[in-house]
Amino acid sequence: MSQTPDRPFPHRHLLSLEGYSTDDVTQILDTAEAFFEVSRRAVRKVPTLRGKTVLHLFYEDSTRTRTSFELAAKRLSADTLNLSVKTSSVKKGESLNDTCRTLGAMHPDIVVIRHNASGAPHYVAQKMDARVVNAGDGMHAHPTQALLDAFTIRRNKGTLEGLKVAILGDIAHSRVARSNCRLLRLFGCDVNVVGPRTLVPRHFGEAFDVTVHDRLEPALEGADVVMALRIQQERLAEALLPSLREYNRVFGLSAERMKLAKDDAIVMHPGPMNRGVEIEPEVADGPQSVILDQVEAGVATRMAVLYVLLGQGEAPAA
Amino acid sequence: MRELMDAEAAMRTLKRVASEVVEATGGAKDLAIVGIRRGGVDVADVLAGHVGAEIDGPVPTGAIDIALYRDDAATALPDPKIGPSSIPFEVDGRDVLIVDDVLQTGRTIRAAIECLLDYGRPRRIWLAVLLDRGGRELPIAADFVGKTVDVPKGARIDVRLAEAADAKGAFVEESA
Repeated sequence: MSQTPDRPFPHRHLLSLEGYSTDDVTQILDTAEAFFEVSRRAVRKVPTLRGKTVLHLFYEDSTRTRTSFELAAKRLSADTLNLSVKTSSVKKGESLNDTCRTLGAMHPDIVVIRHNASGAPHYVAQKMDARVVNAGDGMHAHPTQALLDAFTIRRNKGTLEGLKVAILGDIAHSRVARSNCRLLRLFGCDVNVVGPRTLVPRHFGEAFDVTVHDRLEPALEGADVVMALRIQQERLAEALLPSLREYNRVFGLSAERMKLAKDDAIVMHPGPMNRGVEIEPEVADGPQSVILDQVEAGVATRMAVLYVLLGQGEAPAA
Repeated sequence: MRELMDAEAAMRTLKRVASEVVEATGGAKDLAIVGIRRGGVDVADVLAGHVGAEIDGPVPTGAIDIALYRDDAATALPDPKIGPSSIPFEVDGRDVLIVDDVLQTGRTIRAAIECLLDYGRPRRIWLAVLLDRGGRELPIAADFVGKTVDVPKGARIDVRLAEAADAKGAFVEESA
C-alpha cells in the first residue's frame, strides 16, 4: 500500500479531478483500502459520520452510482436523503438555483449531484455551503468512477504507474473516459483511446495528452488494462453509428481480440453493459474481467471520498 | 526526553504480563491478541510471542484502527488517514485481549471495543497496556498493566519496541 503524507485533505469539493495531485488521489485510494476491509466485516458499518447528512440529488437516471453512493453514506452512519428528478418539484419547473436555496436550508453536509448539464455541480458548490461531490455531469466528468477504476487497477496490478491502458468506445459522450484519462495521465499511464471517428472528438488526443487510434489493434497490443465503454442506442438516432452490429464487428471486445493485450491484462466496464455490442459475454464474464470488482470498489471509494471531504473540517480539538 | 522504561525492562515487563494473561485466561485457550494501531501493534506482537512460548502454541493476532470509531469524528476528523483493521480469525466465542502501549483517557479503548464488536461477539474482552498514565475520562480499567507511571498531563509518551526502532524503550517528552 502506498504511503501518503499525514495532512488534512486540501480540497473542499470533488467536482472533477482538475487540480487534484497524485498525493490527493493516493490519499483517497489508501483510505478506500481501509473501507474495503469494512465491507467484509460481520457488521458492515462504522459510526464515523454519525449525525452528518448526505443529500443525493439526481437529475439523471442512475442505478448503480446512486445505490453505490447511498450504501457508502449508510455504511458511514450518515443520514441520507434522496431526491430524484422524477418525484421532485424540479419536475414542476423549479430552477436549480431555487432548489439549492431550498435544500440549503436543510443544511446538508455533503451534496452528491448528478446532472445532465456539464458544470451543474460547480454551480451548486457556489450556491450552497455543503461539500459537493460530482456523481456525473453531462459529458464533463465522473470523478468517483475514475477513482474506483484506479482503485480496482491498483488492487489488481499493484500500481498505476507505467501501465498501458486502452479505452474503447464512445469517447465523445463519455464523462467516464474524460475523468479516467485525466487520472491515469496524472500517474503517467500510457493511455490509448479508440473508437469510430464520429465518437472521438477531433482534439481529444492533445486535450488529454493521450494517444488516439482509429483501429482497435494498436490500442490493445500489450495493454495491461482494457476498458470498454457503453455504446448508447441514442447514438444511432443521431446517425453517429451505422448499426450496433457494425460497431460490434469493428470495435467489439472479443476473446480473440483480447489476445493482443498482455496475458494478465484486466477487462473493465463502467456499466451498464450492452453484451454483444461493445463487449462479448465471454469477455465480460471471463477470467480477466474485474467488472464486479469495480462495483465493490465503488462503495469503498465513495466512502473514502465522503470521509476525506468531511475530514478537513474545523480545526481539530486537542 | 526522559526514559520511562528501557527496552530490557519493557521486555521483562511484557513477559510478566504474558504470564498473568495465561493464568487469567485458563491457559490462553481460545485467546486472540489484538493491537490498537499504531502504538499497540508492536506491544501486542511481543506479548503474543511470550504467550505463545508459554503455552507452546501459536496465538492468533490482529490489529485494529480506531479512526472510524473516534468519539470526536463528528466534529473534526483531524487526521483523515486511516489504516485497515485486520482480524484474521473468528471473533465469536473467543477471549480477545486488546493491547495498547499507553492508557490515558480510555476513549481509544472505548472505540476499540466498539470496533471489535463489529467483527462478532467475543466471549470476553480483556485489556492489557504497557503503561498506565492515569487521567481517565471514561470508566475503563485495564486487566493487565505493565507499569503505572506519573507524567505531566500534556506530556507525550513515545513507546518504541519495533525491530526497526533505533532507540528501543518508552520515552516521555515533557515539553509538549
